[in-house]
Amino acid sequence: MSNVGQIADTVDEKAAAGEPGTPAPRTEEPFGFAEAPGLAAGDVLRSIGTAVAHIGDFLRKNGLVILLSIVSLTSGILLWHLATAYKVDFYINFENIPSPTKVFSAFWTHLGEDEFYIHIGVSMQRILIGYVTAAIIGIVAGVLMGRSRIIRALIYPYIEVLRPIPAVAWIPLAILMWPTEEASIIYITMLGALFPIVLNTLHGVEQTPEVLVRAAKSLGASRMQIFWHVILPAALPSIAAGLAIGMGVSWFSLLAGEIISGQYGIGYFTWNAYSLINYPDIIVGMLVIGALGTLSTYAVRIAMKPLLAWQKRAR
Amino acid sequence: MNNQVVSLKEHIPHRPAPKALQDCGHIVIEDVEIVFGKGTDANQAVKKTSLDITPGEFVCILGPSGCGKSTLLNSIAGYVTPSRGSVLVDGVKVTGPGPERGMVFQQYSLFPWKTIRENIAFGPKVAGRSSVECSSIANTFLEMVGLSKFADKYPAELSGGMQQRVGIARALANYPSVLLMDEPFGALDAQTRLMMQENLLSLWSEFGITVVFVTHDVDEAIFLADRVLVMSASPGSIIDDLHVPLPRPRDPAMATSAEFMALKKICLDQIRSESLKAFEQQNR
Repeated sequence: MSNVGQIADTVDEKAAAGEPGTPAPRTEEPFGFAEAPGLAAGDVLRSIGTAVAHIGDFLRKNGLVILLSIVSLTSGILLWHLATAYKVDFYINFENIPSPTKVFSAFWTHLGEDEFYIHIGVSMQRILIGYVTAAIIGIVAGVLMGRSRIIRALIYPYIEVLRPIPAVAWIPLAILMWPTEEASIIYITMLGALFPIVLNTLHGVEQTPEVLVRAAKSLGASRMQIFWHVILPAALPSIAAGLAIGMGVSWFSLLAGEIISGQYGIGYFTWNAYSLINYPDIIVGMLVIGALGTLSTYAVRIAMKPLLAWQKRAR
Repeated sequence: MNNQVVSLKEHIPHRPAPKALQDCGHIVIEDVEIVFGKGTDANQAVKKTSLDITPGEFVCILGPSGCGKSTLLNSIAGYVTPSRGSVLVDGVKVTGPGPERGMVFQQYSLFPWKTIRENIAFGPKVAGRSSVECSSIANTFLEMVGLSKFADKYPAELSGGMQQRVGIARALANYPSVLLMDEPFGALDAQTRLMMQENLLSLWSEFGITVVFVTHDVDEAIFLADRVLVMSASPGSIIDDLHVPLPRPRDPAMATSAEFMALKKICLDQIRSESLKAFEQQNR
C-alpha cells in the first residue's frame, strides 16, 4: 500500500510539474483530432492536477492507476482511428470498420431517439426478470444442497449435465419450449446467471467453519438460528461473488437470445444494424452492451457491500 | 487492560445471584469409552474412564497431544456421544450441546460478521431475551473482561488475547453451570497467556462455576487447577488425579514454590513417558 502511495505521489508531482507545459503540444498537433496523444495527455495531467485538490487522498492511492488507464484507453481509440483512417488491411481488415468519430456521432443521434431507449429498456427488463429469478432459485438451491446430502444428490447431477451447455445452444429448444419469444429469451438469460450463483452459494455454505456451528450450538442456537446467524453470513461473501459473476453471464446469455429472435433489445439492435449494413450502429450497440453489463455488475457489488462490511473492517 | 476485570456483584445489582451456583455443575462420567469408526477401522480414543467433578471445582485435563483429552471434553460438551457409558451433568444425561455447558474453543470461534457486543449477546438472544436484556447482559460482560471500548468492533480488529476474552465472556453470558475450555490459550504468546490465566481465575472466583480446562502445558494446569487429571497416550485414560494444594488466590510467584515444583516434576515425568509412547505409536 505504502509503495503504491509513493509511486502515485511521484506521478502526481510530475503531473503538477507538467501542467504549465501542456498548452505547448496543442500547436504542434499533427492531425488536429481530439484523440491526439499530446493533447490528451495534457488534459489528463491537468484534470488529475485539479482533482488532486479535491480528492487528494483518493488520488494519492489510485492516481497512477487512473492515469495509466486513461492513457491506455486514449491510445486504443487513437490506434482505432488510425487503422480506419488509413484503411489498414493486414490480415485484419479495417476497410468497412467505422471510425471512432462516426461511431460517436451515430451514438449522439440515437441519444435523441425514443426507440434507442426502448431497446435498452427492454433488455434491462429481461435482465431484471431473468436475473432475479436466477438469484432466488440459485441461492435457495445452493443452500439446500449445502445443508442436505440427499437434496444435493438429487440436484447436483443436473448441474453437471446442464452447466457446460452454452446459452446459444439452448435457443432452438427454448423457442420450442416456451409459449412466447419473450419467455424464451428470459429463460436463456436466467440460465446464464443461475449456474455461477448456485455453485458459489453451495461453495460458500460448504466452507462454513465447523467450529462456528459448534459454538452456536453450545450457546443454545436452534437449527434455524444457526442457519440465519452462522451459515448464511458465512456463505455471504461467496454468494456475493456468485451474484456479480452471474450478472455478467446473464448479459452474455441475453445477447445470444436477442440476436436470434425478438423485435427489441440492445442485442437485436446490434444484429439488426449488421443486417441493414449500418456499421457504426454495430459498435454503438456493442459499447452500450459493455457499459450496461459493467454498470449492472457494479450495482450488484454496491448492493452487497453493506452486508459485507465486517469483511472490509477485518483487514 | 487485563486488570480491569471487575466484580460481577458490583455491576449487575439487579440480577439475583444465579440459583445456588455451588450446587450446580456436578459432572459425573460413568464408564465412558469413546471409539471412532467401526470394525477393523475402529480407533479407540478414550479408554473406559470414570470421573466425578464436584460443583465449583477447577479441573485441568493434562496430556500429550493426540491423547484424547479434547475428545473427553467434547463428550461433556455433547459434541461426541460416548460409545459406552454416559456423562451426567447435575444428574441429567448429556445428549448434545447446550447453553448450560459453556464452551471456549482452541481456535478463535467468534462470529466474524457480528460485533463484539453481538457476539457476547448471542446466547441471550437465541434464548429469546429482549434486546434490552441482551444489551444489558452484553454490557455487563464487556466490562467484566475489560473490553467495553471495543464493543462495536469486529473480532478481526482485536488481538488474539482479546478475542479469547470475548469467547469466555460469550460463554459466560448464558450463566452456564459448567465452563468447558479446550486449550483456549494455546495460540497466545507467553505474556498474554499469563495474564489470561489470571483473568480466568478471577472470573472463576466470581462465578464459582465448574471449569474443565484441557491443556498440554504443565505450568498452566498446576497454576489454574484445584485438581490435575493426567491422561495417558492414546487411547486416553486418566493415569493420575493430583490435588493442587496451592492457596487461592493464585499468584504467578507461586510458580517457584517448592509445592509447585514438586507437582510439576510428577506431571512432567508422566507426560514425558506418555509422549514417548505416543511418539513410538506414530512411528510404528
